[in-house]
Amino acid sequence: MIELPPPREDVLARRAQIAADLRGLIDKPEAVIDAADEMRAYETDGLTAYRQMPMLVVLPGSTEEVSRVMAYCHDNGIRVVARGAGTSLAGGALPLADSVVIGVSRLSRVLDIDFANRTATVQAGVTNMGITRAVEHEQYFYAPDPSSQIVCTIAGNIAMNSGGAHCLKYGVTTNNLMGVTLVLPDGQVVELGGKHLDAAGYDLLGLITGSEGGLGIVTEATVRILRSAEGARPALISFDSNEAAGACVDAIIGSGIIPVALEFMDKPAIHATEAFAKAGYPLDAEAMLIVEVEGSEAEIAALLDRIVAIAQAHDPRTIRVSQSDAESALIWKGRKAAFGAVGQIMPDYYCMDGTIPTGTLPEVLGRIGALSAAYGFQVANIFHAGDGNLHPLILYDANKPGELARAEEMGAEILKLCVDVGGCLTGEHGVGVEKRDLMPVQFNPTDLDQQRRLKSAFDPQWLLNPAKVFPLTDTPPAWDDPAPLNLPTHGGVDAHASH
Amino acid sequence: MQTNFTLAQLADQAMAESEKILRTCVHCGFCLATCPTYQILGDELDSPRGRIYQIKEMFENDRPAPETVVKHIDRCLSCLSCMTTCPSGVNYMHLVDHARVHIEETHQRALPDRILRELLARLIPNPRLFRLALLGAWLARPIARYLPGRLKGMVAMAPARLPGPSPIDRPQVIPAEGPRRRRVTLLNGCAQQVLDPGINEATVRLLTRHGVEVVVARGNGCCGAVTHHMGKEEPAHRAAKANIAAWSAEMVEHGGEGLDAIIINTSGCGTTVKDYGFMLRGEPEWADRAAKVSAITRDISEFMVELGLNPPVIATGQTVAYHSACSMQHGQQIRTEPKRLLQAVGFQVRYVPEGHLCCGSAGTYNLLQPELATELRDRKVGNIEKLKPDLIATGNIGCMTQIGSGTGIPIVHTAALLDWATGGPKPEALRDLSDPAQSGADPDRSMAA
Repeated sequence: MIELPPPREDVLARRAQIAADLRGLIDKPEAVIDAADEMRAYETDGLTAYRQMPMLVVLPGSTEEVSRVMAYCHDNGIRVVARGAGTSLAGGALPLADSVVIGVSRLSRVLDIDFANRTATVQAGVTNMGITRAVEHEQYFYAPDPSSQIVCTIAGNIAMNSGGAHCLKYGVTTNNLMGVTLVLPDGQVVELGGKHLDAAGYDLLGLITGSEGGLGIVTEATVRILRSAEGARPALISFDSNEAAGACVDAIIGSGIIPVALEFMDKPAIHATEAFAKAGYPLDAEAMLIVEVEGSEAEIAALLDRIVAIAQAHDPRTIRVSQSDAESALIWKGRKAAFGAVGQIMPDYYCMDGTIPTGTLPEVLGRIGALSAAYGFQVANIFHAGDGNLHPLILYDANKPGELARAEEMGAEILKLCVDVGGCLTGEHGVGVEKRDLMPVQFNPTDLDQQRRLKSAFDPQWLLNPAKVFPLTDTPPAWDDPAPLNLPTHGGVDAHASH
Repeated sequence: MQTNFTLAQLADQAMAESEKILRTCVHCGFCLATCPTYQILGDELDSPRGRIYQIKEMFENDRPAPETVVKHIDRCLSCLSCMTTCPSGVNYMHLVDHARVHIEETHQRALPDRILRELLARLIPNPRLFRLALLGAWLARPIARYLPGRLKGMVAMAPARLPGPSPIDRPQVIPAEGPRRRRVTLLNGCAQQVLDPGINEATVRLLTRHGVEVVVARGNGCCGAVTHHMGKEEPAHRAAKANIAAWSAEMVEHGGEGLDAIIINTSGCGTTVKDYGFMLRGEPEWADRAAKVSAITRDISEFMVELGLNPPVIATGQTVAYHSACSMQHGQQIRTEPKRLLQAVGFQVRYVPEGHLCCGSAGTYNLLQPELATELRDRKVGNIEKLKPDLIATGNIGCMTQIGSGTGIPIVHTAALLDWATGGPKPEALRDLSDPAQSGADPDRSMAA
């Protein structure tokens, strides 16, 4: 079990009083959860290997309520862990024993759709897919598409700078986020960015994106919406070896084509997802690519012709171009549900998230195969191949003693391998608690201290999600001048919501 | 997901099954996205993943159901939208069914709640008592506003007019028109034959017109779903066995004339009857017959697709909003059949936006959880009315009552529409509906027989 900072006994001793006080700050009494039976469901997120009961859970219904709760926690030295839909695969929403979990799931209103400016403003508990649903009737969409997009919140996407299969072409969250309403640790409400592409001063929006709930809680977000392409079509290309598939990825990217997505799945992943999606994946292939291109019909046809020609030079087993929207949806259904679908072959999985230079794929897959053999765990590899983001799923059985610890150990070896070949520890899931202790593999102490100082600037008491991202140390580096940040304060949420 | 059961706990067949289900859940959270109560309440405790977690705790610790768990399980509609969404194949239905039995066995509900549930469990499955109760409720309408809480809502829900019992619901064999192509039995059910006896009548006309002999078997009745969903295992199993005995007697292997199918025109019942095999798996004297019954059970829409529809004999073309009941689309995974049939006889069929969300009916849910049910109904009606349909079609009496209480648009059973289009009388609910303007065939029309 992962080490967490010791709880503050003085805070725990005041638990009943804190719950009562928080009820006074929230309109809906049921939104302060303090019964052990009920808090249990909040003890973990998408990474169930790590569990910790929180002290309390609060589900505020407005920015003001988030602000009041944050100010209260700040004034009383109470740690806070923010939670979106609880789908983090890195333990980003893992509570601490003395923490108040602030969930944004009740902040679920779409506030403003501005087609002229191509923006959508939503409360932060709106799901990633919810944004697209709100604009698709005008043929617009929100581009980043993490696999959990039907359920994950934009708040969580911002916290983890989430990507997805289509970020090869459209970029990750930070490339599509234009503004946020942010509640600072002391309860101040600030607005960063807006409907414009760049703001004066430091790029604080860039700083907030990917800050893993350590700098503040986003309660509203303004994102770029894009006009959907006229059409899109995937092709499935299968191979007899991972190496051939990897070489084909390199050749496609090297040709100058930017597919909208370029996904890789190995044999175990193909089998697990086919069982759920029944998409007609080639069960006898060793590896499979989903390559999707989009544009006008002529553009799609021309690009797929070139891709098929490239693939044919890499000894493919099968090439299948989707013939209908229904077929395309089915092809994606399997890929999008891949993580959950492995539940059909093993009860537990440990999902890794590293990034590697695409050219090293065959080597990395070979070495993962060796690790798999050495540790005796089956590995299903799912990979955003176009941008080098690798998701090996280590399949294990948590009910067997010792298996989790060995799966974790093997996972750490895979991530070290990613760094070793010139990649990095995380692609899109964030560091969370899972990769916290591997940060020194990637960063030297000076780098790490500099990042810690940045957190101290926002959160001098280290109250926000303190056990995440950085290895635990006795004393976080002090922020030299703990005076409050001089950020522009917010004029009032109602005014903002009604434009 | 990791579980923590002792071998002694797993020796219990039901617990072993639940453990297996819990193990398939990987806690990915996809189910939150399509859960109606999570959409409304935004609390993980009122989501499938949260409920699974609460059930797991309760079972692992062998505890009587705590008040909090009861609250969140009671709020579950059992709409099974989560099962459609789940990539890991978690059988939430069997898990929550087991939890409900555990609650019923270990938790003492407050007296008014207990009385209400007992009343529903006794009245609804018995057409005679249910009719009397509806009459009573109808008589009580003038004093409804003086009644307490949920009782007020229930009285308000009593239909304005109550048709008499239909002769079709008596045990009998109704011959096929023309050469007999199939022989089936019809579950004539409980509440539906009281609330709208026209549905069984239309179903029988539709079947016989297509060469199907229909047996209304002596001794068949409520499928058991009403009590099953309240965790009342004993009466639910008793109802199941009565049906199994009644239908098996018609099968060749038990000396009957043979049955090609058991036809169900209430999808809520269909989900339950198709689960009889599982329900009675532990009772050797019933298991085989139960499995056989489940295997040949078909929703009327599935069966008519197999059979092929006669061409329409009236001018159709009306815009129909097709509402897929949760027990249809999630419970039985019947998604395209009703739409294809309605299109085949010429209706312009539109799917309802957010169609995966429950209308709030969910068996007795609208009576037991009126606030959530009404919020869901209003959301559903809003989505339906966006389509500006001439009428609404669905295949479940519960949805018809629930949606019908929130909109003036007529709502008709799919089978009644198919009956009308192929030669039956115009459904009563459509008497004010004018004939459609003659406007070319539906471009989607793809299945004319």
